[in-house]
Amino acid sequence: MHEANTPLIRLAKRDGMSRGKMWAIRAAAFVVAILIGAVVFLLIGNNPISAYGTILTGSLGKKTAIRQTVRIAIPLLGTALAIAPCFKMKFWNIGAEGQITAGAVGAAYFALFWADKLPGPVLLVVMAIAGALFGGIWALIPAFFKTRWGTNETLFTLMMNYIAIGIVNWLQGGPWEGRPGSQIIPQYDSAAVLPKVLGVHCGWIIVLALTVLMYFYMKYTKQGYEIAVVGESENTARYAGMNVGRIVMRTMFLSGAISGLVGFIVSSGADNTLHSGVAAGVGFTAITVAWLAQLNPFAMVGISALLAVLEKGADTLQTQMQVPASISDIITGVVLFCMLGCEFFINYRVILRGHHKEVTGA
Amino acid sequence: MSINQSFLVLLISAAVLNGTPLLFGTVGEILSEKAGNLNLGVEGMMYMGGALGLGAAFYYEQAAGGSANGIVAVVLAILFAFLAGAFGALIYAFLTISLRANQNVTGLALAIFGTGAGQFIGEYMRVSAGGYVAISNALKDVFANSPFPAALRGLPVVGPLIFGYNIFVYVGVIIAVAMAWFLTRSRAGLHLRSVGESPATADAAGINITRYKYLATVIGGGISAIGGMVYIMTIAGCVWNHEGLSGEGWLAVALVIFCLWRPLNAIWGSVLFGALMILYMRLQLPFIPSQLYKILPYVVTVIVLVAVSMRKKRENQPPASLGNAYFREDR
Repeated sequence: MHEANTPLIRLAKRDGMSRGKMWAIRAAAFVVAILIGAVVFLLIGNNPISAYGTILTGSLGKKTAIRQTVRIAIPLLGTALAIAPCFKMKFWNIGAEGQITAGAVGAAYFALFWADKLPGPVLLVVMAIAGALFGGIWALIPAFFKTRWGTNETLFTLMMNYIAIGIVNWLQGGPWEGRPGSQIIPQYDSAAVLPKVLGVHCGWIIVLALTVLMYFYMKYTKQGYEIAVVGESENTARYAGMNVGRIVMRTMFLSGAISGLVGFIVSSGADNTLHSGVAAGVGFTAITVAWLAQLNPFAMVGISALLAVLEKGADTLQTQMQVPASISDIITGVVLFCMLGCEFFINYRVILRGHHKEVTGA
Repeated sequence: MSINQSFLVLLISAAVLNGTPLLFGTVGEILSEKAGNLNLGVEGMMYMGGALGLGAAFYYEQAAGGSANGIVAVVLAILFAFLAGAFGALIYAFLTISLRANQNVTGLALAIFGTGAGQFIGEYMRVSAGGYVAISNALKDVFANSPFPAALRGLPVVGPLIFGYNIFVYVGVIIAVAMAWFLTRSRAGLHLRSVGESPATADAAGINITRYKYLATVIGGGISAIGGMVYIMTIAGCVWNHEGLSGEGWLAVALVIFCLWRPLNAIWGSVLFGALMILYMRLQLPFIPSQLYKILPYVVTVIVLVAVSMRKKRENQPPASLGNAYFREDR
């Protein structure tokens, strides 16, 4: 080998890194993110230690604070679970925002117009099913065009978000408006509100159950296996006799249905009404949750909890230290950047010039 | 009533004004996507551009006092907005190009980070300036009014429709035309498109993939961010509010598809989207509720996206490697 022709830095794929080392790299990336956040606090003249302390006590210090943090984490976790099978299949569904909203519309229809006709528990079950159906169908539309004509799913699902939100805006100001001119849909009947368990609406039980189910679905079922094969190579899947189009549409329906269920949970449990901000960016943030968790449902629990702590803690930071609450988005972004970047050091090996002997020996 | 006050003339000039932030956002994103980088962080970059652009004009006027020069303020606002967007895009470029992170996820992370950073800077300026950030009316006029003399602006029809806009409209059109020329007529533009279509082929032809991708993403991000500044300084009236940009960046991503990745189409496309955004205030149709007008840009974008994929004309497709990281040894 001619030494002069070797570039200064080369890259090689790496596989078989030990689990412990992988998580050590991720932990280091997280620490780096926290340090960058500390620099931001210093720049605006706050003590980083007391700022982070306020975030922790503000989100986990009191019972009421913990409840609010859990309420933020519920839709994040649920939607991340919804996104996991799509991303495993390398189908870039960034339309969870719209699927949540569509699901909330389905649930709201029954909450508004069937509350007096159905007994309480039945009403909630019907709302949940309607939410899942609406979300699923909303997701099925781009999946259909993708399988039939190869329409770019990233861009299609993105557009569907704003169409769903626009439709809710119309419902709010038009057909479903409560008091004329208010632009607000009336509060749900108490029968259409999810009951509370341990002080938080029981959505947390639903998403935790979904976590376990999704883990088994992806890891131990035939359908989960098909999703993994399609994600690795569509041609392999076709050669093995799988109906790729059917798998894509089925998975997207499932994904949209879970997002729709989240829409039901949020509108019934947290908001008690339908409004255009029902998804509130959760659809986008959940994508990063799912991706950082390596699409592992159990890891998603931890990451959605972490982001919820940041968001709730930043609210307290605003009231106590007059730091704008948008600091949570900045820190979340920095954490995401660092965690995304660190995957490189897990998947690739950086080789400096003159070190190739060691490489061939390894 | 003079013809310059007629419904159509007013509608078109309002559409152009509302479309201009989109034009910047879209042209910048086209450059990035043509090199194969789907940067979904446009919304974030436009927020950062809006906050820093406003900040540049505001602090310049604070420093210069009564002798503040309008042209200098405009140039500073453009420059700082560009730098803000370029900084955001540089983070994205480093993660996706050098570290091969997933483009969709990184773009969304940039959208979260950028909207947060923009809001934070805007809010921080508001608090530290004691209540609200506002620049003087004299300076505002330089941003919002036409640079042409009144004689030209007063001409019937062509006055408002050609000479009546703020300076950013003309800058935006010039950038779009220059971008079209660059992408289709210059050698560097050809190389850039080949990087976006097939990086492996471009690599084999000796084109420096990393350099083209970095430059396209960073410069494109900077141009997109100028759109955020234009929105704040013209449409939002030079103040920072909680609403921020209300989805302009996502609309720009839609417009990139609608105009089929061609900067010249973006010029009329942005006017059309601008018209669709404001139509509900000016034209009441009995059968379409006014709130549904706002989803029209997205609906027509979906229709275009589907139609393009059905017709399968090669020159209308998204860049072939859009969204994929390139690693030479993966072939």
